[in-house]
Amino acid sequence: MLSLFLIVIASAFFTGIIIRTKSLASGRKGPGIFQPIKDVLRLFKKGVVYSETTSFVFQIAPTIYFSSVVMAMLVVPFGQSKGIISFEGDFIFFAYVLALGKFFSIISAMDTGSSFEGMGASREALYSMFAEPAFFILMGSLALLTGHTSFQEMFASLHIGSYISYALAILGTFVLMMVAMIENSRMPIDDPKTHLELTMVHEVMILDNSGFDLGLIFTAGYLKFAIYGALVVNLFIGVFPYHYSIPMFFIIQIVLSIGVGLIESFMARFRMSHNAQFIFVLTSVSLLIFFGALLILGKFA
Amino acid sequence: MNLIKVILAIPFLVMLLLPFFNTKGKGIIFYAAIVLNALLSGYLAIQSLGGELTVFTFPGSLVTGPINLRIDALSGWFILIINFVFITGGFYGLFYMKAYQTQRNNLTLHGIVVVLLHWALLCLCAVQNSIAFLIFWEIMALSAFLAVIFEHGKMATVTAGLNYLIQSHISILLLMFGFIWIAFKTGSYDFNAITAYTSEHQGVAGLVLFLVFFFGFGIKAGFVPFHTWLPYAHPAAPAHISGIMSGVIIKIGIFGMLRMITLIKADYYTIGLIILTFSVLSGLYGVMLAIMQHNLKKLLAYHSIENIGIIGMGIGIGCIGLGNGNIILASLGFAGALLHTLNHALFKSLLFYTAGNVYQATHTLHIDHLGGLIKKMPQTASLFLIAAIAISGIPPFNGFISEFIIYSGFYYWMHDAMLGPLMAIIFSVLGLVLIGGLALLCFTKAFGIVFLGQARQQFHHEVKEVPFMQLAPLYLIAFFIVLIGVLPQIFLNVLSQPVHLLSGMTMSSNLPWQGEMGKLLQPVTLGIWVFILITGMIFGIRKYITRKRNMVVEPTWGCGYVAPTPKLQYTASSFVRAYGKLFKPILLSSKTEKEVQGIFPSGGSYETHVYDRIEKYLIDNPIAAYKAFLGRFLFLQNGRLQIYILYGIIFIVSVICIPLFYDQIVLFIQFIKQI
Repeated sequence: MLSLFLIVIASAFFTGIIIRTKSLASGRKGPGIFQPIKDVLRLFKKGVVYSETTSFVFQIAPTIYFSSVVMAMLVVPFGQSKGIISFEGDFIFFAYVLALGKFFSIISAMDTGSSFEGMGASREALYSMFAEPAFFILMGSLALLTGHTSFQEMFASLHIGSYISYALAILGTFVLMMVAMIENSRMPIDDPKTHLELTMVHEVMILDNSGFDLGLIFTAGYLKFAIYGALVVNLFIGVFPYHYSIPMFFIIQIVLSIGVGLIESFMARFRMSHNAQFIFVLTSVSLLIFFGALLILGKFA
Repeated sequence: MNLIKVILAIPFLVMLLLPFFNTKGKGIIFYAAIVLNALLSGYLAIQSLGGELTVFTFPGSLVTGPINLRIDALSGWFILIINFVFITGGFYGLFYMKAYQTQRNNLTLHGIVVVLLHWALLCLCAVQNSIAFLIFWEIMALSAFLAVIFEHGKMATVTAGLNYLIQSHISILLLMFGFIWIAFKTGSYDFNAITAYTSEHQGVAGLVLFLVFFFGFGIKAGFVPFHTWLPYAHPAAPAHISGIMSGVIIKIGIFGMLRMITLIKADYYTIGLIILTFSVLSGLYGVMLAIMQHNLKKLLAYHSIENIGIIGMGIGIGCIGLGNGNIILASLGFAGALLHTLNHALFKSLLFYTAGNVYQATHTLHIDHLGGLIKKMPQTASLFLIAAIAISGIPPFNGFISEFIIYSGFYYWMHDAMLGPLMAIIFSVLGLVLIGGLALLCFTKAFGIVFLGQARQQFHHEVKEVPFMQLAPLYLIAFFIVLIGVLPQIFLNVLSQPVHLLSGMTMSSNLPWQGEMGKLLQPVTLGIWVFILITGMIFGIRKYITRKRNMVVEPTWGCGYVAPTPKLQYTASSFVRAYGKLFKPILLSSKTEKEVQGIFPSGGSYETHVYDRIEKYLIDNPIAAYKAFLGRFLFLQNGRLQIYILYGIIFIVSVICIPLFYDQIVLFIQFIKQI
């Protein structure tokens, strides 16, 4: 229950901080950190334009996308406190529910018949396919280390003690963050602020969405970022009491968002044709984590 | 007992009656026979799932020995799946075949072979005698062949049918080898002899015997590298036969493997690892090739290979559980495999039937010629969408449930595994995840290109939705897809007996795995319900808030370009182009290209084809080499009658003369032996 509130609060400022960081880095003052929320609220009040090519798929897709993200959010725990739904193998459910949202966002892009959106859809499908193995192997390694298969039990019984486990935690953070970048279409995979449709992934898929639906898609994006942030936080706060862990949650989320803002300010996006290979590298990193876990458990003996 | 006699008599009655009726009467008799067969056998099957065995012994003959028919829980589960697919498929077929009304004799044959096919499949599930099993297997293979080549006017159909026929006979050859081995050693054709022999001869014998059967049944099931017949046979057959083939005929291979697991006593740990390896390869290879297909039915056929891989993973886990003596692991694996067998039968037959609707409406299955069908055929499109989500293993539908059980099996196995098994687990999980991701890519492509966007080609005839009666069985299948998704418990309770049988537990009231399974699935079901609830709520909120907003319909945003044509849309090939480039080393793709040139350019073209690399190296190249070798003797067949008569004379002379030289030949052989 706790995680739900924290994620919702974090999602309110996460994207705002990224935008603010980018503005400051480029020498502008920039909008307030709650501007994204204001934008969404304004979108909720607007009317809607549908393409004449689209069918009912286009109209139901944003809602299903949004609810899949909300559902994924309910599964995420916070340290000792369980998510609203928590069970053995809930990370599988987490990934597959998000996949449902992705399925609908892809077909809704194809529903418009626009070649730009088809292109975005194709990229999204390919990248998310490559990102998933990394996530599953990471979770598998944690399951192996802790002997549990639910998010909450894994995170709660994760003890960081030895040098190897420090290395693993760092690698784990890296993998989770990169998966978050891919899932949220940020740099270095995708540039949300590019001005050319040909170089977009996620943005080009929602070219035709407007009004309430667009608001839902944006909100889902903010939530998704905070969800992955929360997962990263969970790697570290397993055993701490709440009066440490809750401030830690916000500090880590803010650091992450500033980090994302800095990366986007000073780095260029990867070449689109090399993205897939890059994403698949994540799988090998997570395999490293798996071998590390084997090392800790002494399975190589 | 009498029930079984009635079931056995039905196809012969149909054979006698069917030719003498008009087309409508044929349809009625055909469907009545299937329903009657299904009801009678279904009654026995349901009894067996309740734990009640039906045993019946025919006296048999001198050669075969007594023939036992026994319907146990495993047979019961498969009989129910077969019946369901035939009832829905037969009904769909009645309407699908309307276009061929004029071919009366052809329809008669088709009706008879489908009834025979259904009957043979049912008998295969029950029969306990290897000779009888082989006979039914042959009836099944032949009737399926005849059913596939319904449109035998087309060359491609006949070629595909022959390909299937030959490969299924290689399967029979392997099975025969296995059965004869047992009969030779024990002198009995009864299935119990297999158990008796293998429990006496522990070790390699059991393993090799199992592998012989595994390969034999694997050809039927379509495991890589024995899958090459599948992508030809499915597209060539009429839609309802494709659905039946993918739904149950390839599953009879799975049934055979499971039956052998209950019979053969061997080192199941090794067997499990072998099955797992083949399964992961099948799953990945199937879906990798599926993505590149341009023909909708061929795409679905490759997906069958993928799903057989997923089922195989479940069987693999189950066998490893058996080998380790870990009952819960074994039941997780077998439950996942059996449930996925049902799930695949449901969503794959639904996909084939909807593809059949598309074919009926447009007369093409080439994905890149279609598009925008959702507006013309909204019901077909929605049904296809449900099946597509289910086959991608995404909640809230049934595919997710069985994949979740298999995932749980892998993670459960992790608990006490050592290094080697852990590697197997992590790479299998990697494979399963990739399969899921690739399936998503494949079905967003299939659904997106076929049903969404604008029509890529104008048809000269009206494209319209098929009649409601034809859609009715499809709705029934979709209902079950959703039902398993939201209430898997019902089906897992039904599964408890077959799983017990497979994991070698004695029938007792204490069912350790059921509690485990309940604990496993209860929260998932809860999660799915919550998800549906949330989605419903958000829809409600959206509807409420936007009720007064104005809605405008405009052309799609073309980034400033105002005259887009349907040809500008993304095509199936372009959707998977990035994927195709990445997987180029594995795929065998060729492209022909004519670039647009000049100031006043004429038309350009671009075409890609993907061929199956395994088929090339395992089937085509050996056949080519064999043909080249036999080609050396082509001079013998020169078409001159005189020479042929000469061959005859040479033959007769040598037949007469060789005995004359008998002594000399014996002497010569002895001389060689002395050296």
